[in-house]
Amino acid sequence: MLEVRDLGKTFAAGGMFRAIGKDTRAVDAVSFKLDAGETLAIVGESGSGKSTTARLAMRLLEASEGHIFWGDENVSTMAGSALRSRRSHIQMVFQDPFASLNPRMKIWESVAEGLRVHQPEMSHSQRRQKVADTLALCGLDDSGMDRYPHQFSGGQRQRIGIARALIVEPKVLVLDEPVSALDVSVQAQILNLMKEIQLAKGLAYLFISHDLSVIRHVADQIAVMFAGRIVEQGEAATVFAHPRHPYTRALLDARPIDHPGERVDVAVNGDIGEGMADSGCAYQPRCPFASDACAGFDGQLDEQGCACLYPLAK
Amino acid sequence: MLEIRNLSLSVPIEGQPVEAVSGVSITLEAGRVLGLVGESGCGKSLTAQAMLRLGEHQGVDRTSGDILLDGQSIFAMDDETLRKMRGGKMSMVFQEPMTALNPVFTIGSQICEVIQLHLKLDKKQAHARAVELLQDVGLQDAEQVLKQYPDALSGGMRQRVLIAMAMSADSDYIIADEPTTALDVSVQKRIIALLLGLQKKRNLGLLLVTHDFGLVAEMCDDVAVMYAGQIVESGPVEDIFEHPAHPYTRALMACRPEVAEAGQSLAVIPGQVPSPGQWPTGCHFALRCPLADQACEAAIAVDAWENGKHRARCIHVESAAGAGKT
Repeated sequence: MLEVRDLGKTFAAGGMFRAIGKDTRAVDAVSFKLDAGETLAIVGESGSGKSTTARLAMRLLEASEGHIFWGDENVSTMAGSALRSRRSHIQMVFQDPFASLNPRMKIWESVAEGLRVHQPEMSHSQRRQKVADTLALCGLDDSGMDRYPHQFSGGQRQRIGIARALIVEPKVLVLDEPVSALDVSVQAQILNLMKEIQLAKGLAYLFISHDLSVIRHVADQIAVMFAGRIVEQGEAATVFAHPRHPYTRALLDARPIDHPGERVDVAVNGDIGEGMADSGCAYQPRCPFASDACAGFDGQLDEQGCACLYPLAK
Repeated sequence: MLEIRNLSLSVPIEGQPVEAVSGVSITLEAGRVLGLVGESGCGKSLTAQAMLRLGEHQGVDRTSGDILLDGQSIFAMDDETLRKMRGGKMSMVFQEPMTALNPVFTIGSQICEVIQLHLKLDKKQAHARAVELLQDVGLQDAEQVLKQYPDALSGGMRQRVLIAMAMSADSDYIIADEPTTALDVSVQKRIIALLLGLQKKRNLGLLLVTHDFGLVAEMCDDVAVMYAGQIVESGPVEDIFEHPAHPYTRALMACRPEVAEAGQSLAVIPGQVPSPGQWPTGCHFALRCPLADQACEAAIAVDAWENGKHRARCIHVESAAGAGKT
């Protein structure tokens, strides 16, 4: 459904700092494959390149290198109307349902926008019917179709956002932090809804999140990103049970506990490790196992999907 | 001791005052960490801000109740006393470390300003004190940090700076409103450890305002759960996690993805939180509660159910417990 091979993106230093600036390597050598009905979660901290990867896979950003396949088709170099006509294959749901809906457009107009491009032959009444059906799929009745976004709660707006992505019948949904802005009780409703829709439609989900509890709940596959590279990749259950990369382990250890009985005294490590290394493994400055050899590490994933010279034992 | 007694607050909605916090009572003692938990719009941040009398210029109005700081009403304070109280006796750490610092002044000038406002120190002494504070919050290269502008620091470092500022005049009470929400997970853990370390060392009373039960589990001694303007349940943290009494607390804990079985759908609370002005007359949760009946239409006391220090604003706790551990 979606495959990327050796994807890379370099942002050139621009504007008035062009002469003195340094190019930023935002995404480097990222490969993954996503099948129908499957959820791949990309996890990482802010700046790890997870959202950039998603935007590259959607061809919203131009990749510096690598290949992108939508279904069986290589779309890496496609442009213009050829690309546009294929965009219905992959659609996106954004984090902030408040910012991603036009406040001056009625709900049904927002949701129907994709149809104007991908099914221009539809009549007005057909379009309204299609919108009503899609909203129903997302758990909203058609009474709200002629209202405006501010009349809806955050959870309802996220349902509208999902309907807007679904209306062109995509095969892949990119979900960029889709529940991070929602309250826990609303988050549960939306996560359940997304699961139902996935089962009903056989959609593939590329799920971007920093929240490991949510990821553990939704993901079949997981890719952990650090400094633009995938450092560990594999079956979500395996990675959660037996993280092999020290960074994955650190992320899992940093998860909030579920119960006050699990409290342990953590020492304050002060400044240790906020940066990243320029050469070799970027995680070196924060890694308890780093040695001189790490500066020369090429960052390749091993057969079990871990990019580390000293992977943790199971 | 910091006591909120039966506090009600109204906010202007379309020009009309509408009750947004309804009869809240909580007590924060030195050396204790109290979690005020709830979802957006429940009134937890309004309550926290009222403790420093913030929000008044935005039309937030106290309609009843009082807040007592060591026995003295903060609403009876004149401007001068109030200014000394803020940051002197009681400080606040905000959620957004990006916006809480002024981008056009160096970290040093912002910290020293706070220090000199509260302590009689000259420039040099204030600087030395700032260095000490920053080292206390784990910023080893303090001299360097003081010279920098906020945009040169990472989110975690900025939050450390804000915590240092809150500690600058030896406040007895710290109010932290979602102090780690905007930070990455690995940074969160360290900020939590830092806050708890300082709280113990200085015997602070810490009020933690949050939506995150994970954070409560990590940090709090006591918990108060808010729903639609009211405290619905309060008590020691172990009691709340072991035996949540109020149907809302139970439902809220059950819908966390952490507690779901793999592959199972998550528990949900039907419907949505009623907005201020649309609260039911009786129990505010009745519209969404599986146990609600006619008796819930009457006003329900905050201690309708009691077991030691553990209280719930619900008349059906026993049947909720009977309905079983799910």
